Amino acid sequence: MQNDNKRFVERDRDWHPPAYAPGYKTSVARSPSQSLVSLQTPSASELTGPDFRRLRMGRYDNDLLMNFREDPALAGSAGLPAGERIMMFGRVVDQFGKPVPHTLVEMWQANAGGRYRHKKDGYLAPLDPNFGGVGRCLTDEQGWYRFRTVKPGPYPWPNDVNSWRPAHIHVSVMGPAISTRLITQMYFEGDPLIPLCPIVQTLRDPEAVETMTGRLDMARSRPMDCLAYRFDLVVRGELQTYFENQ
Amino acid sequence: MKQPNSQPTAALLLRETASQTAGPYVHIGLALDVAGLPERDEEIWNRMARPEAEGEHIEVVGTVIDGNGDLVRDALLEAWQADARGEYRPEFDLEQPFNGFGRTATTAEGASEWRLETVKPGAVTRGDGRVMAPHINLAIFARGVNIQLQTRLYFEDEAEANAACPVLNAVESPARRQTLIARREEVDGRVRYRFDIRLQGEGETVFFDF
Ligand SMILES: [Fe+3]
Repeated sequence: MQNDNKRFVERDRDWHPPAYAPGYKTSVARSPSQSLVSLQTPSASELTGPDFRRLRMGRYDNDLLMNFREDPALAGSAGLPAGERIMMFGRVVDQFGKPVPHTLVEMWQANAGGRYRHKKDGYLAPLDPNFGGVGRCLTDEQGWYRFRTVKPGPYPWPNDVNSWRPAHIHVSVMGPAISTRLITQMYFEGDPLIPLCPIVQTLRDPEAVETMTGRLDMARSRPMDCLAYRFDLVVRGELQTYFENQ
Repeated sequence: MKQPNSQPTAALLLRETASQTAGPYVHIGLALDVAGLPERDEEIWNRMARPEAEGEHIEVVGTVIDGNGDLVRDALLEAWQADARGEYRPEFDLEQPFNGFGRTATTAEGASEWRLETVKPGAVTRGDGRVMAPHINLAIFARGVNIQLQTRLYFEDEAEANAACPVLNAVESPARRQTLIARREEVDGRVRYRFDIRLQGEGETVFFDF
């Protein structure tokens, strides 16, 4: 009966994109037609989750400028990826604003030309010999995380005749439990492709799109080095019920 | 605009960051080997139990099938389960014999099966004192899946426990309950459970909200 005096704020399913969103064509055959079965009584199955504090991170796991190089002999700027250098950082908090420390944040992205280092990506834009496109880190005591990378390029994809993804970074966060597990995408403030994207449009509320927008933070940008984009992640709030179970 | 939830303090709450599909290239971030990327020293993957782990060692395999009956070849799955004694152990450490969390993926070629190496979990007692039959929680992420689908895998050879499980019984339709039961097979003396996930249509797997 571990942790059973805990609950999470109910997930608002109208805020998240619906499973069936025909403007995003792949969702049509991949969305359940039956209703979800609601679990009325939470149990440890949902209220617990993995704690990754002991997962050993490599030195450059959160530094995409440094963590991939086809030719390890390349040094200096010859060994760095092409594109706009950025720092992506933010805080993981719950819906009450409480920081979520020591939680795993993972991210992946296309290179500056919009090409992913994935067997299945055949876009015209070339691979970058100095860019892999994957990062991970644990949040610190106050819930902060940070990555150094390049700004990904937009890329075309088959949906409508001429669909383009806005520049985005895929972000995965565990949070304290299976109930808080979330995968999202960070978009870049001011990108004109955001409102045109069928995947962004799976969201019905423009305010929900705001929660996925990284904002330019000049104060944290490094002169003569990189711009900074802040992206806070909000996971479901944890409620203590204060009742003893019999 | 609809008010968030029905909870009285909703207006004081921050809104949860909205979900987006993990997309076709989820493997780059969460399954590096499948993407063709070099693996790091420690990766979270599908070998949840080492030979010395306590309990009955099992293999769990399955496919993911869409509403057209076609294989979903780019799905990523996450498993979360109790140990053989029915306890959830949050500490994830690749040095220990058993981890309750694992990841797996369907494959672009061949039979497109996902696979986990684990031990059979014990029954878990809920806060209200009721006992849930042994089960593995599974979350499915994929291109075209806008927020992860959450299901549970139960075991065919636990018929008595399954019949008494309050979560299985929360599924009204007995036929739909069957979609949560993995079938036991023995292959070369090893125990394997098969659990095919149908996202839509005939035989659609039960998915949970919690
Ligand atoms: Fe993408």
